[in-house]
Amino acid sequence: MSVPTTHFVTLAAVLFAVGAGGVLLRRSGISTLLGIELMLNAVNLTLVAFARQHGDLHGQVFVFFIMAVAAAEVAVGLALLVAIFRHQQSIDVDRLNVLRW
Amino acid sequence: MELAVFFAAAVVAVATGVVAVAHRNPVVNVMSLVVTFFCVAVCYALLAAPFLAAAQILVYAGAILVLFLFVVMLLNAPLAESDQPRKLQRIFGLAAAALVGLGGAALAVVAIPGAGEPVAEGTAAAIGRLLVGPHLLAFELVSVLLLAALVGAMVLVKRKA
Repeated sequence: MSVPTTHFVTLAAVLFAVGAGGVLLRRSGISTLLGIELMLNAVNLTLVAFARQHGDLHGQVFVFFIMAVAAAEVAVGLALLVAIFRHQQSIDVDRLNVLRW
Repeated sequence: MELAVFFAAAVVAVATGVVAVAHRNPVVNVMSLVVTFFCVAVCYALLAAPFLAAAQILVYAGAILVLFLFVVMLLNAPLAESDQPRKLQRIFGLAAAALVGLGGAALAVVAIPGAGEPVAEGTAAAIGRLLVGPHLLAFELVSVLLLAALVGAMVLVKRKA
């Protein structure tokens, strides 16, 4: 028998919470980006689960687009991190406070 | 049988996900996120989405996390001297994450009727027909977005001459 949609959505909620915890609790820039990736994956999982529930493939096409946008986001984000590291010798997001008044 | 596979994948995914955000060593973080993404790919396969399962492994585990690993090695950043969250940050961060997780799980349990319907299988052919059919404009825009991200990333990391 196939796995109920509820199971997948619950797993996605847990993964999203773990990713959100990573973004909120860590101060290293790389950990923040990893948490964002985990949250994006959780959302993808819900989209695929609902695509199956409704028998509609458009949800899966959405996931494809989200993957592409995540790839673009991570490329730019990591490039920013490298640039910041060159500038400050640190990727601690707490030290990015030069714009603070 | 499918339930057993799902629960195995779910347990491994959550465990490695926690390691991925909680461990101090960034290399361990990235490698354990690889395992998490493989488990998500297993879930896609269970959800009749073979194309996305393949794309998940190729794009996430194959490309994105290798990029992460590359940057971790490149920066060789000191293992975050101050990576302990502050007290308030810890309290509010944990509370917010728990709220999001519990809310999502509660919604999933309360609001979703029934189990999976009989499905349209998400093969590469079916997805491809949708991509170049109704979603053609978005598909082309994504290629422009990827090009812009590529050029932007190169400009950002270029050393000033």
